[in-house]
Order: sequence, then structure tokens, then C-alpha cells
Amino acid sequence: MSLTPQDIARIANLARLELQPEESDRMLTQINGFFGIVQAMQAVDTTGIEPMAHPVAAIQDITLRLRPDVASEPNQRDLNQKSAPAVERGLFLVPKVIE
Amino acid sequence: MSKLVQGYEVVIGFETHAQLSTKSKIFSRASVAFGAEPNTQACAVDMALPGTLPVMNIGAVERAIEFGLAINAHIAERSIFARKNYFYPDLPKGYQISQFEIPVVQGGEVSFFLEEGQETVRKTVRLERAHLEEDAGKSLHEDFIGQSGIDLNRAGTPLLEIVTQPDMRSSDEAVAYAKELHKIVTWIGICDGNMQEGSFRCDANVSVRKPGGELGTRREIKNLNSFKFMQQAIDYEVRWQIDQIEDGHAIQQATVLFDPDTGETRAMRTKEDAADYRYFPDPDLPPLVIGRDWVERVRSEMAELPRVMAERFVKDYALPEYDATQLTQSKAVAAYFEAAAKACGQPKLASNWIMGEVSRRLNASEMAIEQAPVSPAQLAALIGRISDNTISNNAARQVFDHLWQPKLAELVIGDTLEEVTAGVLALNALKQIDAIIEAKGLKQMNDTGELEKIIDDVLAANPKNVEEFKAGNTKALNGLVGPIMKASKGKANPGQVNALLMKKLG
Amino acid sequence: MNSLHDMTVAELAQALKTKQVSAVEVATGFLARLGGNPHNAFLDIDSEVTLAQAQASDARLAAGTAGPLEGVPVGHKDVFVTRDFATTAGSKILTGYRSPFDATLVQKLGASALGGAGMVTLGKLNCDEFAMGSANENSAFGKVTNPWDTARVPGGSSGGSAAAVAARLTPAATGTDTGGSIRQPASFCGITGIKPTYGRASRYGMIAYASSLDQGGPMARTAKDCALLLSAMCGPDLDRDSTSLDVPAEDFTASLNGSIEGLRIGVPKEFFGEGLHADVRAALDAALSEYEKLGAKLVPISLPRTELSIPVYYIIAPAEASSNLSRFDGVKFGHRAKDYTDLVDMYKKTRAEGFGNEVKRRIMTGAYVLSHGYYDAYYLQAQKIRRMIADDFQNAFKSCDVIAGPVAPSVAWKLGENAGDPVADYLADIFTLPASLAGLPGMSLPAGFGAHGMPVGMQLIGNYFQEAQLLNAAHRLQQATDWHLRKPEGI
Repeated sequence: MSLTPQDIARIANLARLELQPEESDRMLTQINGFFGIVQAMQAVDTTGIEPMAHPVAAIQDITLRLRPDVASEPNQRDLNQKSAPAVERGLFLVPKVIE
Repeated sequence: MSKLVQGYEVVIGFETHAQLSTKSKIFSRASVAFGAEPNTQACAVDMALPGTLPVMNIGAVERAIEFGLAINAHIAERSIFARKNYFYPDLPKGYQISQFEIPVVQGGEVSFFLEEGQETVRKTVRLERAHLEEDAGKSLHEDFIGQSGIDLNRAGTPLLEIVTQPDMRSSDEAVAYAKELHKIVTWIGICDGNMQEGSFRCDANVSVRKPGGELGTRREIKNLNSFKFMQQAIDYEVRWQIDQIEDGHAIQQATVLFDPDTGETRAMRTKEDAADYRYFPDPDLPPLVIGRDWVERVRSEMAELPRVMAERFVKDYALPEYDATQLTQSKAVAAYFEAAAKACGQPKLASNWIMGEVSRRLNASEMAIEQAPVSPAQLAALIGRISDNTISNNAARQVFDHLWQPKLAELVIGDTLEEVTAGVLALNALKQIDAIIEAKGLKQMNDTGELEKIIDDVLAANPKNVEEFKAGNTKALNGLVGPIMKASKGKANPGQVNALLMKKLG
Repeated sequence: MNSLHDMTVAELAQALKTKQVSAVEVATGFLARLGGNPHNAFLDIDSEVTLAQAQASDARLAAGTAGPLEGVPVGHKDVFVTRDFATTAGSKILTGYRSPFDATLVQKLGASALGGAGMVTLGKLNCDEFAMGSANENSAFGKVTNPWDTARVPGGSSGGSAAAVAARLTPAATGTDTGGSIRQPASFCGITGIKPTYGRASRYGMIAYASSLDQGGPMARTAKDCALLLSAMCGPDLDRDSTSLDVPAEDFTASLNGSIEGLRIGVPKEFFGEGLHADVRAALDAALSEYEKLGAKLVPISLPRTELSIPVYYIIAPAEASSNLSRFDGVKFGHRAKDYTDLVDMYKKTRAEGFGNEVKRRIMTGAYVLSHGYYDAYYLQAQKIRRMIADDFQNAFKSCDVIAGPVAPSVAWKLGENAGDPVADYLADIFTLPASLAGLPGMSLPAGFGAHGMPVGMQLIGNYFQEAQLLNAAHRLQQATDWHLRKPEGI
């Protein structure tokens, strides 16, 4: 299973990462090197095996806890926004979103 | 039966996002109240601050169960939350927590009535699924040049995404489905249905094909937030697609927006790799388990559903299916009907009046039935006075009119407004009706003696009509009925007039 | 009384309780050692904050409302968010970030007025960026050096925590372990560390790397110290973490001194194969002999899918990470690029500038294995084999009580040795990954020395919820040996 430069470009776009050409090349080589060791994994017969949701599911059924429908969070806008790169009138500013 | 457009069959599927009426968000404890100042209802979890984690709101699950029961669907015993990964400023985590392979509600159907030509046809749209997910925030563009302002108050609001099979074959059907779905979610109280505020948002997947052919490529019209726009948008899109095909162009899959000003749909800027959301089960959320006893408890606590109530109306009140459906458009209308029907014992008449006069006036003033000036008791009393021949239908409408919008100038001379109104308020419904009938002099003349005298006078004054009628021209009667009604000042009982005329003329 | 910095957590707690020393004195003493940031262990220090916490501790001690570890200093790995210190996760993308809330584990160890154990925070500790690495060479703020040999790596990703404890800059530190990031640096730095059962310690406020694997835990010089901290750290966090187990908090010190006569120690043959360096094997053999002298029985066992744990982990962890790190987008917090043409460009440049190479590599790998058409073959397949690995452990535990083996194939390697070859790093994780994938508790404790005089750690793996048994076994060894008492030259 070998990745191509097109794969790298597509994934980088999906992951919103800008890669310089030499970075892309290096990434391609390193990731392909990694997939070399993945082959053994694909050969394993896993018929009938359930994927593992939560590690402790090996010994007990772990299910989703449900909390009561109560709105208890106070307004902490200033505190929550203190590390924001760009804020105006309480709104996060970003380059214009074009639909 | 499908309604072809220019020889093409229209295929429509709907995805509806209904905001659930919980107090807090689906995965955080921030409030979901509408209209707050930006980002004052976005806590650390909603802002996706580093280290935050989701915790599930039981109210969202309970509402999903209610919906599943209302549409006769299967409620999954175990369902899984999955991450839908994509980048957008109103999506703080860079993924939306949704459900992918195993949703909480599976299958189900929605039925409704549709006028097709002269017929009323019952349609059923199958649902594929309904799943829980979180809403995104909002982007505001107006006040910022070259920038957008992001408000995350809405981020994390619980949504139920309701997906149909592509069962609809016309824009009429699609709108009827949307209206029925809207009724269901508001009836059972899981969603406030406020389309202006974005509580109920529909996306329509539209494609066309030659009958018997393969499914065409569909385009998705997003964010239709009014029934009127839904109709316009779908109609435009269908014609556009057909034009494209006829011109030899293939339809490209696209997401489109409807512009209400131009009445046109327009493709959004294409998003590369739009479809690769890299879904995987959210490792922060173990599987959601819904035991059968929980489902049964919800079922037992649910109010009678509109479909079930409609069936009961058909059975108990001998109403046609169409009437029953109209009367179960909301709990308030149904309650109004039942109160009136039980009080007067004439369910079909009550139904006619509600679907007719009451609805017309409510629509004209954009009023809800809860605000109707005429109460079910008053309507029942009025119907009673028609049935016992105290007044004619025409007179009844005048009484109704007065009750709905009392017109002071129309009162009979001799009774001042104050006397009548004050008196009316103090009386019970029947007395109210009777008081108005009396004040307006609307009582029918049921005394046959007086009526016979009038008839005799009219017959004597119109020998020509009598002759023509006796010669076989039944229409000549009309020339007699008019003067009779006039002479009786409209109070003659038309049924009696006809009966007496026939008797006198042989 | 020993010098403050040579005292264990237990000793310091006792000295503070008996008023032999004040919290302010202790804090001052340790802060003095942080000048020049030895080993580049720390990322944020604020003596004002630390001394204020110490003063509060002294007040609590005077009032008799002290917590169990009142006034004892602790350093927090920089993936735990803190209100009073910066948090970077070792990354430039969190430049300037101040969390409005404390991580649950920080709260549980912190101010006793708020229900915590009363520890005083010395600062935030360096780590591999977003906990991705095995040598602490992936921090955006410089490598950390091993106090035993500053030309060598301390291990990772909790390298700053391990180095700080080994260099006696702090008596204890918190770390996180996703694939071995507590155990391996503990081994390389000759200290003790434990990763609890998955779900026993809250992940709320612990910046997520791989959600189904991450666990926070203590790092200190003794099993007893680890037991003291772990007792405070473990416990349900039902309101904030849906993966937190509703298992009551436990006093892990209660059974430390229990006899280990008849304890069955499983020795997996796959852990003692070709890849294990001879010096490490020799140290482990000696340690296991000590266990036999204490009455434990060695039982040969097999964990047949040990090698598979490498591809399985390096599919699952990057996949989850690629999604967890999407929130770092320059919109709500942290770094944003200065020059960009539009929104998408802003995202791409921000993330390219903010993330280091290893993080980018794992994001790319993760996004790839989740992408359309590959999910079944990679992610799903890996999660299935993961269950098989967990089942292998359950099988093994039928014939033993705890499992013992190496932590890493070798002692700490030289800085820069593995540069450019990430796969070499991955392969060295082979012994710690299986317990991570299964969610089992695992610890590392000093077990002698190997090549170049560098420390060797022994790994103990227990069944779910058996932390007390692990700590007991470790404590008994530490009573019989003195490897854990040795310290680097010049400290």
C-alpha cells in the first residue's frame, strides 16, 4: 500500500496543512516507510471480532452516561475568549466565509 | 402515481434538522435559549477549549425516543456517536459529533393527505433514519468588511436529523410532508418548530429522471426555512435540471442555495473533497444504550399522537379521514374540535365550521386557534340553534361574525350596545347566542301559519309563475321563493318554504 | 532531616505536617533549584503563584484543615491545562494560551480548600509536542536532557517530568501515558511512574492526543510516592468525562507492605526476544531474581500479538489525534498566522506554522487511515486486533497475577540519534504499547543499570483495577533493593 504525491496533497488539504515541497517529499517517504510495518496487521484474520470501543470493554460493558437536562454553565465569555486571536463585540473574527 | 414535469419524473428526499427543546446543550451544560448576546452561551466545551470533553444530555435522548415512537420507527438498543470531520469556523472542534453507521432511530414513516386534482389521496413517506447530533455556531457577515464574526451560542444545540427515503414525487408532496413532519415534532413537544429562528430547517435532495429510468444525479437545496420557499425552490430546481438535461448537460452533484429574491437556486462554491468526512466512532463517548423499559415508559407517558387521534375521530365521530387529519393539525385545534363536538353532539357540523369559517378567519388575521374570539362552547351553542331550526345557516354566519368581530352599528334599534354587550358577557354561551339572535332579529319564522299567509300573498301576486310551474317549468319556483323570503324579512325557514309551496301547488 | 530535594513526597508530607518545615520554605528551596532551567525541564515557572499557593498551604496546615499532601511541590506536564500557568502542550500553536479552567487531575492534587490533596505547583513541565514522541526531542521549546547523561534523551513524551524528578527539581510530577509516555521516561531516568487503568483518572483538562489511550499518572522516585499521588488522582469524574469509570477512589498505600509470597509473575517470552539489548536483559534478570528471593514465582507466559501492537497503535493513535487536533485552527485561541489570503489559507498556514514535524506526520497518517476507502482496512482492523490483544492479556492473567518485563529494548539513546527516522522510534515502543492498547495499568520502576551506566526500568503490568497490587510489588522490591535511591552524579 503505497501513497502517491497526489495522496499527500489530498490529505494535507483535508487536514488543512500547508506543506512545502521538500516537506511533502519527506512526508511521503516517511509515511510510506511506516506503512511497510502496517502490512502484517492487514494480514490478520479478524472475522467475528468486535472492534474495541473502550479499553475496559474487554471485561465489562461500558455504556454512555446521561446527565440531567440542566443549564448550569454561567456566562464566562471574557474568560473563555481571553486567548482568542481576534475578537470584536464578543464575536470571533475570521476571514470572510464565502458560501 | 407521479406527476411528470415535461415528461420527467421528479424524485425528492428530505433531510430535516429539528432543534430539540431541551434547556441545555446536547454535550454541555450551557443554555440553548434563543437570542442571547454572542458567545455568552458558549462554555468551554462549546468553544472546544483544549482538554474539554462531551457529556450527553438525557433530554435529547428522551426526545429522540419520543420522535421514534411518533413515527412508528425502531429505537436502537445501542447506537454510536461518530465524528464528522471538516473545517469551518462555526465548527469549533473541527468535527461535528453526530451518528453515522448506527443511529438512534431507524425506519419509520410519515403519512398525510394531498389534494390531487379532485381527489384527496393518502401518501406515506418512509423515513430512513433519525439521529442525534450537535448544531454548529453561526457566521455573521453583515457588519464586518472582509471578515465574518463567529457566534458559538448555537454550537452544541441538540439536533435531530430526520432523513427520508427519496419517496416524494412532486413539490406539493414534499411541502405536505414537511408540514406533517412539522406538526408531529411540535405536537409531541420535542421542537418548537419556529422556522424563522432556525428550529426546523429542511434540505431537499432533488433529481429528475425519465420514468422507469435510473435515479438521476441529485442536487441538494439547503436551509429551506419556509414552506412557501420550499415549494418555489423545488419547482425552480426541477425546471432548471430538466432544462440542463434537455440541453445535453449532465447534472453535477452540488449543494445549492435558494434565493428568495430571485426565486432561483444557485450552486454554492464547490468544496473540494467535500464528501470525505472521515467518520469514526467518537472515542470520548461510549455506546448509547436504550433499554426497552425506558422506551415503554416514554410510550406510556406520551400524549395521543395526531395519527392515532385522527383515527379515533374517524371512528368515534364518524368523520371522513380528510376532516380528521385537518382537525388534528395541532393539539389546540383538536381540543377545540372535541370540546365543540361534545357540547353540541354534531361532530360533522362542528368540523365543517372549524375547517371553514374558523380557519378562514384565523388565517386572515394570522391568529392561532387559542386566540379565537369564538369559544368552542359558543360554536356548539350556535350549531345547536341551527339544528333546532331557530336560525338559518345564513343567519348563523351573521351571529358568528358578530361574535368574532362585534360590529356595533348592526344592532337592532331599541337595544343599545351597552345593554347587549354587558348582558352578553354575563351569560353562558347559549344565552349569548340567543341574545345576539334576538338583538339582531335573526330568528327564523317557524310559525307555519304566518308563513302560509305570506306564501298565499306571493302566489296571488305572481300568477304567471304559478302557471309556468304547473305547466312543468320547475325553475319558475325560484321567482316565487325570492319574494317569499323578502316578505318574511329573511326569517322564513327555506326548507319549510319549499315544503309549503309544493303542498300548495300540488 | 535530609536536604529538601532529597526527600520523598512521603517524607516531605510528614515534615510539613509535623511543622519541621513550612510550605513556603519547601517551595522556596525548590524554586531556587530551577534557576537556569536545568535540562530544559520546565516550560513555565511563576514563583509568585507558587509562593502564594505555599502560603495558602501553610495556613491550612496551621488550621488543621490540611490535605494529605499539603505543601508538597509538584510539577505538571504541560498537557494539563492550568489557570495560573501557561499551557502549551509543547507546541507553538498554543502560544499565549491561558486556560480558564484547571484540569481535573490538577484540581485533585491542588488546593485543599477546593477538595484537592494540597500540593503546591512548581510549574509546567516540558514534553513532546502534544505528547507525541519517545525522547522529548519533539518539543517546540527545545529538547530535554537526561540528568544521568545530558548527551542522552530523557525519554518521552513526559521527558520534562522524568528529568525534573530525577534531577530532584521536584519531588513528584504528573505525566501522561498513551503508548508508554510515563513508563519509558521513568525507565530512562531511573525513577518510578505508573499509568492507571484506562478510565480511572479523569481526562478532563488533559489535552487530548489519542482519546481511547491517554491516561494521566504520577512520576516520583518511589512506589510509595506514586501510590500517594495516584490515590489523590484516581476517582470518577462523571460530570465531565464520559470515559471516566464509576470506580471509587482507592487508597493505594493501604496494601503497600503486603507480602508478595507466592505472587505469580508472568514473564512474556515475546518481551525477551532478539530485540532486547543484552544489558537491559541482564538488569531485568537480576531484578526478577530479587523477586524470587521475596517469594514470588516466575511463570512463563505468551503475549503472541506483541509485535502487532506497533502498527495497531500507530494506526489508532494518529487517527484519533488527527481529529483531536483539528480544533487548533487559529479561530478561538492560540497561534494564528499573520499573512494569509483567505480562510482556508489562514487554516493551512496557521497549522503549518504552529505544528512540528512529528505532529504533522501523525495528523497526516491519521487523516489517511480514516479517509474514504481506507477506514475498514486500517482503523477498523486495528480496533479489532486491539480487542484480540486485550483478550491475550486476559488469557495470560489466568496463570499469573502481574506481568513483568522490560520497558524499552535499550537504555536511553543519544540526542539526535534517531532523527529523521520516526519508525525507529515507533519500534522501540514495542513493550509499552500492548498494555496501553488493552487499557491495563502499568508501571515502571528502577531495576538497575545498563550500558553507559544508564538506568534500566522494569515494567509491571496488572489486570484492570489492580494498581494496588502493582504498587505493592514495586514497593516490596524497593524495600529490598536500592536502585531507586541512586541519583545522577552532581545532583
